[in-house]
Amino acid sequence: MEIYYLWLRQIKRYTRSKSRMIGAVGQPLLFLLALGYGIGSLYKRAGNGNYIEFLVPGIIIQTILFGAIFWGINIIWDKQFGFLKETLVAPVSRLRILMGSALGGSTTTLAQATMVFFLSMLLGFRPYNWLLVPLALIVAMLFTFAVTCFGAGLASRVNDFQGFQAINQFLIFPLFFLSGALFPIQGFPKALKIIASCNPVSYSVDAMRHLLINQGYFQLWKDLAVLGLMVVVMVWFGVSSFKKIET
Amino acid sequence: MSDSIIDVKNLTKIYGEHKVVKNISFSVARGEVFGFLGPNGAGKSTTIKMLTTLLKPTNGTIKLDGTNVIEEKNEARFSFGIVFQDPSLDDELTAYENMELHGVLYHLPKADRIKRSEELMKLVELWDRKDSLVKTFSGGMKRRLEIARGLLHHPKVLFLDEPTLGLDTQTRNLLWDYVEKLNKTEGMTIFFTTHYLEEAENVADRIAVIDDGKIIANGTVKQLLALTKTKDLESAYLRLTGKQIREEEVDPNEAFRSRVRSRRMR
Repeated sequence: MEIYYLWLRQIKRYTRSKSRMIGAVGQPLLFLLALGYGIGSLYKRAGNGNYIEFLVPGIIIQTILFGAIFWGINIIWDKQFGFLKETLVAPVSRLRILMGSALGGSTTTLAQATMVFFLSMLLGFRPYNWLLVPLALIVAMLFTFAVTCFGAGLASRVNDFQGFQAINQFLIFPLFFLSGALFPIQGFPKALKIIASCNPVSYSVDAMRHLLINQGYFQLWKDLAVLGLMVVVMVWFGVSSFKKIET
Repeated sequence: MSDSIIDVKNLTKIYGEHKVVKNISFSVARGEVFGFLGPNGAGKSTTIKMLTTLLKPTNGTIKLDGTNVIEEKNEARFSFGIVFQDPSLDDELTAYENMELHGVLYHLPKADRIKRSEELMKLVELWDRKDSLVKTFSGGMKRRLEIARGLLHHPKVLFLDEPTLGLDTQTRNLLWDYVEKLNKTEGMTIFFTTHYLEEAENVADRIAVIDDGKIIANGTVKQLLALTKTKDLESAYLRLTGKQIREEEVDPNEAFRSRVRSRRMR
């Protein structure tokens, strides 16, 4: 019951902020258009096929990664402007508070990713097998929830927006650029290949590519295993960090 | 069950080498209006945080209506309501939605939640604004809503941490009227802190003064005046705590909040 209402709170806050809704879809769309058309022709000339098709799964992961991390700012906001205290003195466990909020953040992030998916269809993207789309959705859900918990954990540990922004710059951007979301890992130099193989985000990008366009770098079972592990670790990180908050 | 609803024994809080609260003991009687006064940095807020389960004491025991606050946090949380020094409402929700969420968090049955929300919002004269977003409210309206919210779950004790800070005289008077009404009609115990000594003098049945982490006086206004041989509470208070200005260590969160606030005002 309280989880549902905490979830609902996130949904209400989100739908009441039109700029946030547009902004969250704007960035990935910009990447899709600029890179898709900018690099697309080069990509084709190099004999790699359709770049937009290759790019879309990566852009969906991008939408989720940045959307879910950015959602963590809500936790800082609650912490700084008091609402968090209201929940922390309530007879509700911190686990439930975090789960309700994180599920809300996951829902809004996933809605954005779905929007990006349909917008990319306007640009000509088609999944190769619609029967696998529900599976891709499950992968997207798990990835979203893991990153949301990670964002919440980070937000629990820093006290200001600048600190959070710095983490965003120095951690999330590299994770994104070195994940094979934009460029095929096959073409990376050796050192970057190793880094990409250690980057958990790579595996979710890869899983999406397996399920949406039938291409992949790792094996699908490996992708799913890493994703599963990531969910467990991130939920643990989020919960244990959130429990440590002192007001 | 004893006559006292709050029972604090040997309460201590140490941050690193910093002893903020030093072995304090006091009790508050059922139905009493209790004022907790002290200069900045004396340990008031730390004590309130410990009483309301937000902070774990280094040492000592706290009993709230017979419940051990340190060991049975959740049980204790049902028995008090709190209005924090800073607003703790969700600005992006409406007034009524804030009440609703509070009711859900405190497991109030739906019928009771609806009925009592209406009663309390009428009491603080916000019922006609129930569907407005809280961010459109003035400081005084927010404070009134917080009081209504803090009372929603039928608490036995209401903690008010500087509830009138930054409010104009009219709103302050109105606010104390509500509080006194609640104290009389529901027999609710009120525990408050304030820097406005004339407020404390007017409403408090009993006052404790804390300074440098220790309780240095505890009694009725009359007793405090007699003790210090003064005529009003302000003189008594200054006699007890001295005239020196206190240097408070800045809480990084607070520094950040004030920075954002000043930026917003620009």
